[in-house]
Amino acid sequence: MGNEVDAVRPPGGERLLADVDAAERELTLARRRPDDPAMPVDVAAKLARFEALLAQDAKIEPRDWMPDGYRATLVRQISQHAHSEIMGMQPETNWITRAPSLRRKSILIAKVQDEAGHGLYLYSVAETLGVERKDLLDALHAGRQQYLSFINYPTLTWADAGALAWLTDGAAVVNQVPLCRASYAPYARAMVRVCREESFHHRQGFDALYAMSRGTDAQRAMLRDAVHRWWYPALAMFGPPHDQSTHSDQSMAWRIKRFTNDELRQRFVDNCVPQAEVLGVDLPDPDLRWNPDRGHYDFTPPDYDELRRVVRGDGPCNRQRVAHRRRVHENGAWVREAASAYAAKRDRVAEEVAA
Amino acid sequence: MTESPDWPLWEVFVRARRGVAHTHAGSLHAPDAAMALHNARDLYTRRSEGVSIWVVPTANIAASSPDEKDSLFDPAADKAYRHPTFFQLPEGVEHL
Repeated sequence: MGNEVDAVRPPGGERLLADVDAAERELTLARRRPDDPAMPVDVAAKLARFEALLAQDAKIEPRDWMPDGYRATLVRQISQHAHSEIMGMQPETNWITRAPSLRRKSILIAKVQDEAGHGLYLYSVAETLGVERKDLLDALHAGRQQYLSFINYPTLTWADAGALAWLTDGAAVVNQVPLCRASYAPYARAMVRVCREESFHHRQGFDALYAMSRGTDAQRAMLRDAVHRWWYPALAMFGPPHDQSTHSDQSMAWRIKRFTNDELRQRFVDNCVPQAEVLGVDLPDPDLRWNPDRGHYDFTPPDYDELRRVVRGDGPCNRQRVAHRRRVHENGAWVREAASAYAAKRDRVAEEVAA
Repeated sequence: MTESPDWPLWEVFVRARRGVAHTHAGSLHAPDAAMALHNARDLYTRRSEGVSIWVVPTANIAASSPDEKDSLFDPAADKAYRHPTFFQLPEGVEHL
């Protein structure tokens, strides 16, 4: 594509980043609270102390006592999040060699590298909860743990790479900004970093689409098709409605989650509509319209049955994505073995010198 | 599935710029210190977040326990006189 443009800032991005900055300031100010009681001995008192910390919005650190359910919920959510980051490299990796310019290729490489990085920050957070990274990867490869459903849809054209970033990374930012205030401190700290980088992903996607929107009729048609393909997978990323969501109430009580799936989905729709207008593209929902009484856009919710099927493993690309992940893990085995052998040899030499 | 080798965990500390202390950034797995440093560079300084990196094997860090927080930190609790604000100065006294 010849008509590369200067980065365009999608409306709403500034406010989301300001939320991330505010969450980071809260984390640095969190060092001392007036009521930071000592650790009692019996479990009932430990639970009371844990709940008192949550009630005053204090952070939980890895070595604090925490209920088993809180720990299990965090492990499930954080490992699923980590898996989504590394599986999420796949739909875009396909487009690195085919991106339309060197600049777009470089940007896409940086984005895919970030996704790997986000996966690694999050596995590192999961490990502070007492699980082994190896076991989490095994669970992903064996299909015992899930990842976000949108990854199981194909990226058919270059416009899909842009639409995926604008819509699904945009949804991820809306979902993840509140996690910068999650009660589990290592998760909150990692999410501050993830959100700052995710914002780049979101903007570069919009920027790629904006370039197409000012291109030829064929490019605009490609843009529209791709946006139509990704709108509902992005809406589905917020999960089932609150009243059907298994873990939401407990996660909100534990201050892991701050908003319901429905509130976040609404916020995302409200962000996207004016951006779609700038792109000159319609969204695939005839009932999408501003509701002045609610002060929000009304919209048709995603097909939750399809969401459940795709999460369970029956999406268009589930088997292909997991098989690819297993294959690259297998193919990398010799690198891991060589690094281990080299480290062992250096230890041996060091011991011999010392002896 | 091939078994991954059990590489030790390393804690990563990054100095953001000259004049500030190294700050904990996160952790990673690596077979040795050189690889840990390289991986830390790729993982925690992709956007020029650092000018210096420390990596420390997690197993070598001794940490105080939240359970003993009271006995460990209580001795400082009743010594407000260690803070200059403990002392009331007479009116008009400056540079003190």
